[in-house]
This record gives sequence, C-alpha cells and structure tokens, in this order.
Amino acid sequence: MPSTFIRLEDPDSRWVNIQIDGKATRAREGDSVAAALLAAGLRSCRTTPISGKPRAPFCMMGVCYECLVEINGVPNRQSCQITVQEGMQIRRQIGTAEGYS
Amino acid sequence: MEKHELIVIGGGPAGLAAATSAANAGVECLLIDEQATPGGQIYRAVGTIPEKRATLLGPDYQYGRKLVDQFNHSRASYLSSTTLWNLNSQRQIGILRDGKASLISADRIIIATGAMERPVPFPGWTLPGVMSAGAGQILLKSSGLVPGNGVVLAGIGPLLLLLAWQYLHAGVKIHAILDMSPAGNLWRALPYLPGALLAHHYILKGLRYQLQLKLAGVKFYSGVTEFHAVGGDTLEAVEFTHRGGRKRIDTQLLLSHFGVIPDSHLSRCAGCDHSWDPNQLCWRPVADMWDNSSVDGIAIVGDGAGIGGAVAARHAGRIAGFEAARALGRMDAKQRDIAARKDQGWMRDDLRVRPFLEARFHPPAELLSAPPDETIVCRCEEVNAGAIRTAIHSGHQDANQVKFLTRCGMGPCQGRQCDNAVSQIVARELGDEKMVSGGYRIRPPIRPLTIEQLAALDAGADPK
Amino acid sequence: MKANADVIIIGGGLMGLSTALHLGRRGIKTVVLEKESPGRHASGVNAGGLRQLNRHMAEIPLTVAAAEIWKNIRDLVDDDCDVVLNGQVRVAESDATLQKLQARVDALKAQGYEHEQIIDSDTLYRLVPKLVGGCVGALYNPDDGSARPFHAATAFRHKAIALGAEIHSGVEVLGIEESSDGWKLDTNRGTFCAATVVNCAGGWANRLAAMLGESVPLTPKAPTLMVTERLPPFLDLTVGAEGYQLSFKQMQNGTVIIGGAHLAKLDFEQEQSVIDFATLKTSAQTVTRFFPHMAQVRIVRSWAGIEGFMPDNIPVIGASSKADGIFHAFGFSAHGFQLSPVVGRIMSELILDGKTDLPIEPFDIRRFTESESQEP
Repeated sequence: MPSTFIRLEDPDSRWVNIQIDGKATRAREGDSVAAALLAAGLRSCRTTPISGKPRAPFCMMGVCYECLVEINGVPNRQSCQITVQEGMQIRRQIGTAEGYS
Repeated sequence: MEKHELIVIGGGPAGLAAATSAANAGVECLLIDEQATPGGQIYRAVGTIPEKRATLLGPDYQYGRKLVDQFNHSRASYLSSTTLWNLNSQRQIGILRDGKASLISADRIIIATGAMERPVPFPGWTLPGVMSAGAGQILLKSSGLVPGNGVVLAGIGPLLLLLAWQYLHAGVKIHAILDMSPAGNLWRALPYLPGALLAHHYILKGLRYQLQLKLAGVKFYSGVTEFHAVGGDTLEAVEFTHRGGRKRIDTQLLLSHFGVIPDSHLSRCAGCDHSWDPNQLCWRPVADMWDNSSVDGIAIVGDGAGIGGAVAARHAGRIAGFEAARALGRMDAKQRDIAARKDQGWMRDDLRVRPFLEARFHPPAELLSAPPDETIVCRCEEVNAGAIRTAIHSGHQDANQVKFLTRCGMGPCQGRQCDNAVSQIVARELGDEKMVSGGYRIRPPIRPLTIEQLAALDAGADPK
Repeated sequence: MKANADVIIIGGGLMGLSTALHLGRRGIKTVVLEKESPGRHASGVNAGGLRQLNRHMAEIPLTVAAAEIWKNIRDLVDDDCDVVLNGQVRVAESDATLQKLQARVDALKAQGYEHEQIIDSDTLYRLVPKLVGGCVGALYNPDDGSARPFHAATAFRHKAIALGAEIHSGVEVLGIEESSDGWKLDTNRGTFCAATVVNCAGGWANRLAAMLGESVPLTPKAPTLMVTERLPPFLDLTVGAEGYQLSFKQMQNGTVIIGGAHLAKLDFEQEQSVIDFATLKTSAQTVTRFFPHMAQVRIVRSWAGIEGFMPDNIPVIGASSKADGIFHAFGFSAHGFQLSPVVGRIMSELILDGKTDLPIEPFDIRRFTESESQEP
C-alpha cells in the first residue's frame, strides 16, 4: 500500500539510522521521531490503554499527546517533540506503557 | 533562584519581536523556546529550511527570517529546546532542559505561546490517518513530507486553502476540499467587507489560491455538514452531506482544520483571568490596552491573546517589548507611546480584516457544541459526547464537574483537545450556547515531569 | 418567617451531604446551602483514602464504625463509589521505628482495638513487592483502601436528594441570627430559615462559628496531591511510611496518586492556591526512596484542595457551645473522607435524639472556646 506520506526530494539531506519495532530504517536528520514514523509508512504508533484502538500522531506540535511511543526503552515519549538521533530504538506502545523497570 | 528582568515565552513572531524590542531598549531579556530554533509554528524551521522548500511555502514564510535575524542581533538571550511545565502568579517558571528541571523567575513575563488548532470532535476524528492541517504544514516545513497517496482537506478556514495550494505546487493529489462553513457566512461577513478590503491582499490571495486549485481540477464542496471520518482500524473514507445528498470519498489521509484559537493553557495555569470570546469561540485573556493580564507583571501577546495572525503578532510583540521596558524603568510612558505608535497603526491596519475573516469562517454552532453522542470528545480517556451529556443532566453543570465525574480532561493532554468542546457542550445543554463559562482548571506540571526530574529540581537557593 | 426545612445544612461537601442523607433516612427534609457546587473543595479532590490506620486515638471508634459502612457502601448510597479495600501499610525503615509502631499496636489492643497489626518484612514484601529493599516491617490494616472522592460525593448527593434533601448551589451564607422559631440565614440568594442549622462548611466553617460568637483556631490550608500517567498494575495497597510525609496508591486505572499533605501556598480570600514545587521535590524524593522503579514515571498533574485544619489535628463535632439548634462538623484536617458516612449519622442522632452512641467528647467545640477565660 502506498505510504500515506512521502518525502520531497532534497539532495542535501543527511540521514540518520534508527530502528522501528526492531527493524532498521533511516530518517532525515532533523526529523521528529513522529515524522520519521510517518515517513517510514507506519499508520499508527500506539494503541490506547482503554479500548486498545490504534492511534497516530494528530497535531505534530505537542498538544494532543497521541504520538506517544517508547524511545530507547522509555515509554510515553511525545515523538513529535523529539528529534531523531543515530541509533535510536523506537517501539510502538501497546496499551499502558510497559517499559518501566 | 535564577532571576531575569524579562522572560519571553515563545519563539514565534510575537515573542521574537517582544524580546528584540525590549533588549534593544536595554532590558535584560531571556527568550524561552520549546523548539530547537526560533520561528514558532508559522515560521517553523525558517532558519534551517532548504531554499527550495522555503520557496514552496511562500513569501510570508520567508519574512520570518528577517525577524529571526533581528532577534539574533539583539542582546536577548535564547534558551532553546526548553519545555515549560509551570508558570504561577508569582512569576516563577518551571523549565525542563536536557532532562534537568529548574525554577527561574522574572520581574516581568511576556507570554507569546501562540495558537493551536481549534480541536473539534467529529465522528472518527481519532482514527489513524486523520490529522490536523497544521500537522500537515509542520510535516512539510520540518521534514519535507507530503501526502503520498492523496488527501482530503476538510473544515473551515484559510489554512485549508494555503495548505492545498502548497500541496498543489508539490505535486500532491488532492481528492477534495470540503468547506464546512455555513452558506450564510458570506452574507454575515459582507458588512465587514469594506474594512477588509483595506487588507485586500489577504482576500486576493485567498481568491488566487482558490482559482489555481479549481483550474487544476481540485474538487470543492461547500456547505458540507454531518461530516464523518470512517474506517476500521485506520481511516478509509470520509462521508458527508452536501446539497441534501450523502457523499463518500475514499481516502487514507484526512487533514482537518477548524480555525485556530489561542493556546491558553499556560496563561490559565498562571491564574490570569480569561473570558469567552463569542466571535473567535475561544477563551482569551482579560487584558488592558498594553496586553497586561490580570496577574501583576504578566503580559500576553500575539495569537496567544487572541487570533490576529503573524503580522499583527509581530507588531503586538514589539509594543509589549516597549511596555516591558517602561515597566522596568528603561523608558517613561510618553517614550513608550511614541515608540509604539507606528506598530499600533500597522497592527490596527492588519487587524481590519479580522471581523470579515471571523464572520466568513465562523463555524456553525452545532459543529462545536453538538457532536453526535457516539463521537469521542476526550481523546485521551475515550469519553464520548453522550457520556458528557449524561453527566451534565445528572447535575454536573460545569466543565470541571464533568471532568471529575467522567475523567474527561484527565488524560495525558490534560484537556487541551477536549476543554473547548466540553465547555461548549455544557453551555448548549444548559440552554444557552453563548454562556460558555470557564473551562478546566489548569494545574502544573503542564508538560509531564518525571519523578526523578522533580526529585532533582533545582529550586534555587531560595528556602521555601 | 416560614421555615425552608426542619434542618439547614451549610456546606455541600461530604459532611453536609452525609448529614442530609442520614436525616433523610429518618424522614427529615433538609436544605443544603453550598456556596459553589457540591464536592467542589476538599471532598472532591482528596486522595480518597479509606484509612483506619494510624489515627488519633479519639478518632478510632469513629473510623472503625465508618469502615463498616464503607464495606457495604452500596447499602447506604446505592453506589459502589469504586471502593477498593486491599489494605494499607505504614512502612518502618528501622527496628527502632518498628518498635514504635509495635508500641502503638499494644496500646490499641489494651483498649480493645485490633484493627492494626504489625507485619514482618517477609509479609511486607509479599504485599508490596516493588518496595525498596531494607525495610523491616510495617503497621498494617488489611481492610483499609480507597474510593473515588468525587464519585462518592456525587453518590451521597443523589441519595440525599432521593431522600428529600434540597441542594442549593451558589448560595453563600453571609449572616446568621436567631429568629422566633429558630434561625434566620442571610445569603447572597435571599433568606433561609430553620429551627436547626448544621455547620459543615469545611475550610470556611470558622466564618460561621465566628458569627455565632464561638470562633475557633481553624486554619485553612491547601494540601497538594500529584498524579502520574497510567502504569501497569504493580501495587494493591496504599503505602505510607513512618517518619515521612507519604501517601502512595495505585488506582484501578493504573495512575498513581501521591500525597502526604505537602502544602501549597494558599490565598484563602481569593480561594487560590499556588503549588509549591520545592515541597513537591521532597515528596518526589520520598517516592524514589521507597519505590525506585518510579524514577522515570511522569507526573501529569498536581492539585491542591482547601481544607480546614485544627491545631490538635482532630475535628470539631457536636452541638454549638453558644446556641440551641446549632451543630458543627468541621475541621477534619485532611483525614475526613473516610469518616464522612459515620459523621452524618452522628449528626442526625445528635439532632434528633440529643445524643449519639459514639464517643464524641474529644471533638467538642468547647475545647477551644472555653480556653478563653470568660468571667460569668
């Protein structure tokens, strides 16, 4: 299925290697994690702790708290507020965050 | 506790202009920005964006670069990538930067946190594949991402046209543009047209965009009602009523927009009085002509005080900077009046178009205050309109009581997405849509703080 | 002037609603005058603790009686109020602390009370597996727990109304004076009359007491609570710790409520509180001390409620010292929630029977008003 979002050409792009749900992929330097998820073709980034229904980033500016994912083992991170870093491990969040040891 | 003369909160046009003019008048000033680079939302990434993308976004966007340059050349300091989790009536600010939480304070504070999309619940709005038009703009500006498999744009407001035009020039397939502004709006707006023509560039721009889009074959539907997003786990289509008939357009992406409203979360957290504006359909701070709020030493400017747009915001910001300089003893009232005169004039001119725009793009009452029972209103806690109405009619007759009973507004977003709707539903259910009273009580931390961040809080040497 | 009801209750929090309910059960119609909305202040925003543990000795007969009511709260208010009774512990970090708690248990036993026990560390860690290591034991009540305060207040309100109470919101009592058949109350919405008046005005109760010439040293304060994001279930019990200001519980929806009576700065006249993060810092440090796994959990909100505190930390319950037909129930010093079902019953008995079987002498208002020397 064609990706909901695609990238405009930019020859000056620099790329960053990340992992989404254990799968290696890349993001553009300066992408928010949420943007990277959408660019990678993900349609949802978590399921709700109440009904279990899937949700995805909605506002991209930090006021909706839909874009919560687990980043480097820490859950409930607002992915639209965080810039991708080399080696980042991103996981979709299923229900209530499990990632606190 | 680290103390400043002036702290400006927000790196958009109002904040940049305020910090610049205050600093240029000799005030020690710190600008706190949650973004990594200045520009706010409207001029997001203006300092770092590739040229080609900048051109795509249009000349207004590029003006932002000038503002940022002026700010960078001033003596104001800049604290980027900083989350603000508290502001209280004693002008103490809680910030979080690089994982470290601290409290700082200032003699004067200018809140310039800008606007947010008006959150309007409609059936299916929580489906993956539904985003706000503002989100589309951010993806375009910050990441060069555009819809790859078609998009429907729906709602009310000039941003839809702007985004559609930007998408058109990026080669994006636009399935349709659905305008939900009531047919009567144009008539309601007509009396304001003479005033608006003084800011004719807005109107002409809008008409030009529309023409280009129509010529390119983009379908327009106006007077759309009963709008639903439908799908199982993700968005599959939109359904709506148009000219008496029910229509459906398949799409995997919907960008909706219902205008912008001040992001009043911070100013309400600080205890500033707000009142409901029946034209802009939002809470606005109660303020004097110099934008001083009801809390001593706190001013609120730009779209965060009331929607006026980026141009008015930079003028308002500059004026607030002069007022701060006066309050901090760098100029007297007369000097401030003289310094502010030009900006006041330009701001007045720019705001002339507002009554027309507000009338033209005034959402229909039911859209905001009467979502169908099964519509999720509180996205975080998944509380639907029916549950809210049940709570109201069992004696919980204001937004806070509804919140306590249903958990509406108690989730991660702390009511940012449902506050407006719940208050309007309460007003309507109690018999008068116009009597919208105060919304949820806003309490800190307004951005989450971990327990260890709080445990390591740098509260300054100030003993409690 | 025609009476509005047999009894007027000032204050629509849980004490007032409970009183209205119990009077209603005995066929007495009441009018409740609430200056904002029912449950708006302490009753609606407290931590919901149903705690018998570690009470002041004077409160013990009341708390034990109240616990019985909470066990079967549905019988009283037709609603579960989301009561959960999984127990409460008060953790001891050291042997010396545990001995202190043991001494308390012994003293209670001597008075015939067995609702508190000492548990050893094995039992403690079985009950609270996520507790930091090194604790030696705890004071424990297996029947303590929590409810949802606003829901409880709402349930009490609905039941009181069903039993004939009339609740008036937005009505503030501005003056009170004797009249030919009882009392006349001047409010912002007109005058109300009744033979009997009950002062359940919480943080504002001394305004009324003062109007009657029996001012007491009530201090309104604003205890603060914090709540976290939702977490997977890890804790059934409520946890406190001897020597620390801590009240820590996980709700059924997974959020954790952190209390401990840390105070916000209160402007009582404006009814505004400013959260004091320097004190919450201490609270957060206490949490990480006892539950290190909570370090990266996010606090989503804090809030404060206005509550009336008495200098000896126990409430005022009983008849007025100055006037017939006036009764008081206020000053619960941040631990009234659990007592509310039985306080209403006590008030109804005092009003209708002139006495109650529970020992309320320690709560008499005279302990304050008669300490001032008054020459006859």
